[in-house]
Amino acid sequence: MSARDDILAACRAARPPGDHPLPNLPAFAPASSDLRAGFEQGLALMGGRSFDLPAGTALGAFIAAQFPGERLIRDASGELPEFPRVDAVNRPRDLENVDVAVVRARFGVAETGSVFLSESELQVNTVGYLSQHLVVLLDPVALVAGIADAYQRRDFGEVRYASLMTGPSATADIEGVLIRGAQGVRSLTVIFCPRTIEDAAARSAG
Amino acid sequence: MSPETHEPVDHAAAAARFIADAPHLAFHDTRLWELRQKRDGQMHGVPEWETLRDLASAIKEHTLSRLAEYLEQFEAQAIANGVQVHWARDGAEHNAIVLRILRENNAKTLVKSKSMLTEECEMSPFLAQHGITITETDLGERIQQLDDEPPSHIVVPAVHKLRTDVARVFARRIGGDPENTDAHYLAEHCRVTTRPLMLDADAGLTGANFLVAETGAMVVCTNEGNADLSANLPPLHIVSVGIEKLIPRQADLGVFVRLLSRSALGSPITQYTSHFRGARDGGRMHIVLVDNGRSKRLGQAEFWTSLKCIRCGACMNTCPVYRRSGGLSYGAVYSGPIGAIINPAYDPARYAALPFASTLNGSCTQVCPVRINIHEQLYAWRRIIAAGGLLPGKKRLVMRLAGVVLGSPALYRLSTALARTAVRILPRGLLYTRLNGWGRDRELPTPPSESFASWHARRKKAG
Amino acid sequence: MKVGLAVPCFIDSFFPEVGIATLELLERLGVDVTYPAGQTCCGQPMANSGFNGASRGTEANFARLFAGFDAVVMPSASCVNHIRKHLDAIPQDEGVRQLRANTYELVEFLHDVLCVREFPWAEFPHRVGLHNSCTALRSLHHANTSEIEEKPFSKPLDLLAGVRGIRFVEPLRADECCGFGGTFSVNEDAVSGRMGLDKVRDHAAAGADYIVSADTSCLMHQQGCARRAGMPLRFIHIAQILNGASA
Repeated sequence: MSARDDILAACRAARPPGDHPLPNLPAFAPASSDLRAGFEQGLALMGGRSFDLPAGTALGAFIAAQFPGERLIRDASGELPEFPRVDAVNRPRDLENVDVAVVRARFGVAETGSVFLSESELQVNTVGYLSQHLVVLLDPVALVAGIADAYQRRDFGEVRYASLMTGPSATADIEGVLIRGAQGVRSLTVIFCPRTIEDAAARSAG
Repeated sequence: MSPETHEPVDHAAAAARFIADAPHLAFHDTRLWELRQKRDGQMHGVPEWETLRDLASAIKEHTLSRLAEYLEQFEAQAIANGVQVHWARDGAEHNAIVLRILRENNAKTLVKSKSMLTEECEMSPFLAQHGITITETDLGERIQQLDDEPPSHIVVPAVHKLRTDVARVFARRIGGDPENTDAHYLAEHCRVTTRPLMLDADAGLTGANFLVAETGAMVVCTNEGNADLSANLPPLHIVSVGIEKLIPRQADLGVFVRLLSRSALGSPITQYTSHFRGARDGGRMHIVLVDNGRSKRLGQAEFWTSLKCIRCGACMNTCPVYRRSGGLSYGAVYSGPIGAIINPAYDPARYAALPFASTLNGSCTQVCPVRINIHEQLYAWRRIIAAGGLLPGKKRLVMRLAGVVLGSPALYRLSTALARTAVRILPRGLLYTRLNGWGRDRELPTPPSESFASWHARRKKAG
Repeated sequence: MKVGLAVPCFIDSFFPEVGIATLELLERLGVDVTYPAGQTCCGQPMANSGFNGASRGTEANFARLFAGFDAVVMPSASCVNHIRKHLDAIPQDEGVRQLRANTYELVEFLHDVLCVREFPWAEFPHRVGLHNSCTALRSLHHANTSEIEEKPFSKPLDLLAGVRGIRFVEPLRADECCGFGGTFSVNEDAVSGRMGLDKVRDHAAAGADYIVSADTSCLMHQQGCARRAGMPLRFIHIAQILNGASA
């Protein structure tokens, strides 16, 4: 017998007695009705920052001002034509020199301060990890209350890769000292702003 | 686990060595207790916590009771998503499959994120023998790899080390200043030396925390993003995973993801909760589903629920014995309370001491997010190990003797009277010998002049 | 109600004052209590070590002595837990089943069966750290624990609230195990001793003069650790305080 058939047969033979029904998942009340405040609190706890785009300020200029001295800013959102595009590279590793990458999250989760990013939003998945800093654009109305609500969405099933990202890369593996930027991005900044420029490529990818 | 015979693990001796090192002991205990307290803080912030534990337990028990069906559903989904699915009965088959995939793809360098399963299969030494260069990408795991030590904890692999240890290991293996023990410097040094290895790797290997039967998703939770780099940089992604990681529905993640990191590190979620369903354009993805003793454990009435484990490490963090003995003292892939009930299933003789490395205090059971009755399984293993004659002869003799003495009121009266007299009249040098385990760290109680029974008999006589 | 008093082996041999206090307290509360002679042990030391077969004679002796009582009371949570959950080396006839169901730990018996809250004869003007044994907490549910999200409650504190002058101190790790663990204390003496030392230090740092507990085994271990470390802490069983011991 193949290993597959052996294993499946062994699992069937070893089936624990009893019924063990699959429970229905109840809906729990959200921790806070103010999704925006919850999101910001959750994100801050995980080491991320969040800003509103000040009225009358151009997004690109605002981002550049947040990262003085960083040279290479690449954009995956399709909303910032002044920056080179993420998907202009040939190989995932070519994003290794990116200082700041800009992506637009599909939605955010208030419970934890997480953002949903898939291959559609990232264009090249490694940009979310190889860049030194990550800027995430998030429409403040695109928030769900809890992790359980996020998993009710179809988005996860429509993509090959999706990450709920919550703050920057972090480790406390050396004497419990918290360090941001273990292997991935050193900082994660969420900017609340609705999509302003409709990018054809981004729309078709999304 | 390797087939050759091993010496039985002497947990008590290893623990005594760990305890003798005061700075390491103090940090280890404090750090893990801090994680336990952060976990408590998260629990208090989630009013439905105990309900979530009920749900998680019920979902896992349901899945395990229909494991073959869910494995088939997952396999069909994964194949439909373009993933190649492999099956391995044991560690050796798993390792051979991984090597074959690497060779078919002409891959010589492998970056991997933390996977307890590959530790269990002893994959890294096997691949190294066959010319594959492996780089661990989790910081703690990388420290352990460079120090030629297994992880001591399933979530924080190098928690038994101080920063001075890390500085020494790095200086010896990857350069760096042995005198600079600043944690930021050390982490940065690891980042800049590991990244080129990731950029150039031919293949990436990750484990998975959950497999979703409904969608074929393989869910990986990390804080460093190292699994995402390992999976997304090289053209080839291999997922190695135990068959017990299945859950039925995507919505079930809404239960498990809420519990996992809160239980493990006391944070509401890991920084990255990543879902892999298929290879990216131009990439290839394989999954190896590994049994390695799991189907056998599924058939053990007292122990099958240990397969519910989601590897959060909460039982280790809370365990007062683990915190004071260090993970390496368990001499096994899985340490702490969960290790003490899993390892004996593989080799009861080798791991006979582990179910006894516990006071049966039950704290592990109470923090377990999937409600594994760990301390009751420890008790059940004790019976099996004793019945199997796997304990030292001295202990067997003492227990039989105790049974005889305590079974007879006359012998009991005689021996306890002797004990009281001995403690009263013997000089310290004779009482506190090497053989007196009690007296190494504690004083014996001051013996009373008479027992309760004799007091009671006098009182009754006096009326 | 005819009540049998079971006195655990280590209390009988080394801490008779705990057995005496338990008996006197029950008598003071008007309980029809008898101490059957010929007691040894409940069988727990062998069974916890995996040798439940070796505890057959001990369990048979226990079952013989306590057959026919309406309730059996023991001042020891771990012994009671053994009787309830694990006393299975002997045939489980109706008498043994009843005995196992009707065996109570002292605090439970006072709190849940007698429902007594007043101890007008008791005064204990000292700073006290309460140590609940792990079995008392996590198997017999004497009190809520830090691991579980639940409403705070404490049966021993409910009882001790009826004692004049007593003041409580709060150690930092109030419900961490003290490391006794039966044969664990000898097989894993380094870990056990260290846990005990940490426990008594925690209570001392909180300002305790006394550690009080419903489990003498924990106290015996902690007292041994404190004495070895030269600490002036004192140890007392809850029955002694409730029975009016002054120090």
